[in-house]
Amino acid sequence: MTMAVGHSALQIRSSGASSTLELAIDGIVSPSAISEIEIALIGVPGLMSARLNLTTHRLSTEWVHPNFNPAPIFPILERLGYLAVPFTSNSAEAEENAQTKWLLRCLAVAGFAALNVMLLSVSVWSGNITDITPETRDFFHWLSALIALPAAGFAGQPFFLNAIRAVRAGEMTMDVPISVGILLALGMSVAETAIHAEHVYFDSALMLLFFLLAGRVLDHAMRLKTRALASNLAALRASTALRLGSDGTSTEVSPDTLVPGDFLLARAGDRIAADGTVIEGSSYVDESFVTGETAVRPINVGEKVFAGMLNGTGVLRISVATTGASTLLAEIERLIDNTVTAKSRYVQIADRIARLYAPIVHVAAAITAMGWILSGASVHDALIIAIAVLIITCPCALALAAPTVQVVVAGASFKQGILMRSGDVIERMAEVDTIVFDKTGTLTLPEPVPLNAAEIPAELLSIASRLAETSHHPLARSIRELAPKHLGPLEALHEASEEAGHGVRASINGVEARLGSPEFCNMIMPQGSDSASIIGVRYGTQSAVIRIGQKMRCDAAETISTLMKLGFRILILSGDHENAVRPVAHTLGISDWQAGMKPADKLIALDALKQKGHKILMVGDGLNDAPALAAASVSLSPATGADVTQAVADAVFLGNRLAAVKIILNLCRSGRAIMRENFAIALIYNLIAIPLAVAGQVTPLIAAAAMSGSSILVTANALRARNGKGRQ
Amino acid sequence: MTVLIYLVPIALGLGFMGLLAFLWSLRSGQYDDLEGAAYRILTDEDLKEPKE
Repeated sequence: MTMAVGHSALQIRSSGASSTLELAIDGIVSPSAISEIEIALIGVPGLMSARLNLTTHRLSTEWVHPNFNPAPIFPILERLGYLAVPFTSNSAEAEENAQTKWLLRCLAVAGFAALNVMLLSVSVWSGNITDITPETRDFFHWLSALIALPAAGFAGQPFFLNAIRAVRAGEMTMDVPISVGILLALGMSVAETAIHAEHVYFDSALMLLFFLLAGRVLDHAMRLKTRALASNLAALRASTALRLGSDGTSTEVSPDTLVPGDFLLARAGDRIAADGTVIEGSSYVDESFVTGETAVRPINVGEKVFAGMLNGTGVLRISVATTGASTLLAEIERLIDNTVTAKSRYVQIADRIARLYAPIVHVAAAITAMGWILSGASVHDALIIAIAVLIITCPCALALAAPTVQVVVAGASFKQGILMRSGDVIERMAEVDTIVFDKTGTLTLPEPVPLNAAEIPAELLSIASRLAETSHHPLARSIRELAPKHLGPLEALHEASEEAGHGVRASINGVEARLGSPEFCNMIMPQGSDSASIIGVRYGTQSAVIRIGQKMRCDAAETISTLMKLGFRILILSGDHENAVRPVAHTLGISDWQAGMKPADKLIALDALKQKGHKILMVGDGLNDAPALAAASVSLSPATGADVTQAVADAVFLGNRLAAVKIILNLCRSGRAIMRENFAIALIYNLIAIPLAVAGQVTPLIAAAAMSGSSILVTANALRARNGKGRQ
Repeated sequence: MTVLIYLVPIALGLGFMGLLAFLWSLRSGQYDDLEGAAYRILTDEDLKEPKE
């Protein structure tokens, strides 16, 4: 495997005396990678430290000497079977990281304060029924206030800030009743302490904060991990572009740095890095990544090429397009922007409940106060009881109900190789009744594969794979994987050379071996009936034909039939030709399919389905699917998809198995069911607690027990979401 | 009950030290890789010093 990156572009950060380089590592399957990688790198002279993060799959290297060259690290990792790519964390990830640490600090402060105040409260509660003196009680209450007020002021910020934002925007979220409840509990407790009262609620306020923060921290930690691995994927895929200087030399640069008017060199087998026009050379391009069409198309001077196309056999010089608005990528992005996404209109179940819940409890508290005053209680007592109603209904379990399930479901789907971008994916995914698939790269494997490997003698296969290693041809990559494992190390190649447009030749043990077009291998072109490409291989007198084409994912048929049995409506919307789509749809038993669809056509088709009230899951990988993914109520993309496509997808799945669709739907459906149970538990708790509070029977002890009891119950229930409905 | 004058600050002080220790460990990145930490404890290889 050759190095995928130019070392000129390494992102080295220097701070003070030392420099650090962060690398995304691909290929980590077991925890032994830690010692394997770190011990191997001890041997690199000058390298001060190398530390692998098993959570984010990133290696952090550090050195002091200013002239140290980190280049030797890459071959060492490659020998161990890991692919390393320099990585710079993007600002969104850094911000999320800081946010999680901030929440953890708040959680620590809330936990410290809650435990200490609880210690004091338990003393007071037991003293109240034995022999505590009013002076000691007041001392404990003031001490509690001293701990609780600054702690709540610090640890409550995440809720207070969100609540202020929500109120300003005229919205109702859970944070509003939470903030009101906490502030009232604290305020009333201070006032009660001042008049030497028996009951204060400092412990309730802090415990509430602690439970709520725990839910938020879990939620953030999960998202952080998903985001880190998703951006690793992007870094590992990142390609470089060869920019041509005015003197004819080429330099390897990141595609982001290209500007209109630059000239690019695309070698045989390269992905084209930017939209533009061919100014020199001719070749074949595979545009399946861009349009969904599987065909390979000839391209000549003056024709347009788009970023993401795979250059075939020839070398192209490309002038990067000058007008951004006319490029395909710009068109795709415009379509995405114009799509009023279902997501932005979607209101999470927790917020829907909050909209109902907050007015009800606030009105209930007001009625309680008036009721007590009318029945002859003092204003002070009536207010105390009303505030107790608000404290006991402060939606602690309600606020934990959804995030705990989200964390558990995201963790379970992560173990199955599916990265969810946000927690509300679960709710949207659970509503789906219609699934729309793209064909190329989604129902079929992302890259063409040899179709008839089993019919070819093992020796020829291993020779073909050996020859393919020396070739840049787009199809060579799939032949490389063919080498039969049991043959052991391969014979050395001699005098390997590639003839552009024909194939590669080399000598093995003095006998000539060839891989390429059938003519190049002195073979007769076989009559092909399908769209597969034909490659010949010859070694001495032996020869064979390798057919390479799109192949369905191995479990596609099984997955589709299971989904149909579950009652989902299944459609294929493909950009490919009718002749290519029909056999796939037929094999899978899908009667609803449309071919030759442009990105805008897919949007129209989705809109028609949405008009009929269907909730759509869109599964696609190509650049042409990106707008449809944004328009669907929820979307899934394979990790091999285009960057733009993955950026708009709600979830990304790794690996070659389409079963991911089934797994995520199953997990999300059971997740939503458990979420609803959790809301039911929280509401039942309120049904019991509110009458007690309205009757004036709630003491701080009862509030503490009820609050922690319901929170623990909800959290324990959430753990059941790990397995989905029935085992896989 | 005058003993409370000593005991309460001591109790709070101990708790506060725990809090500071947690905040320090958070700041020094000890929670950045919870999965790796579980396995690192099983390896003895950290005795070797890197060559300068």
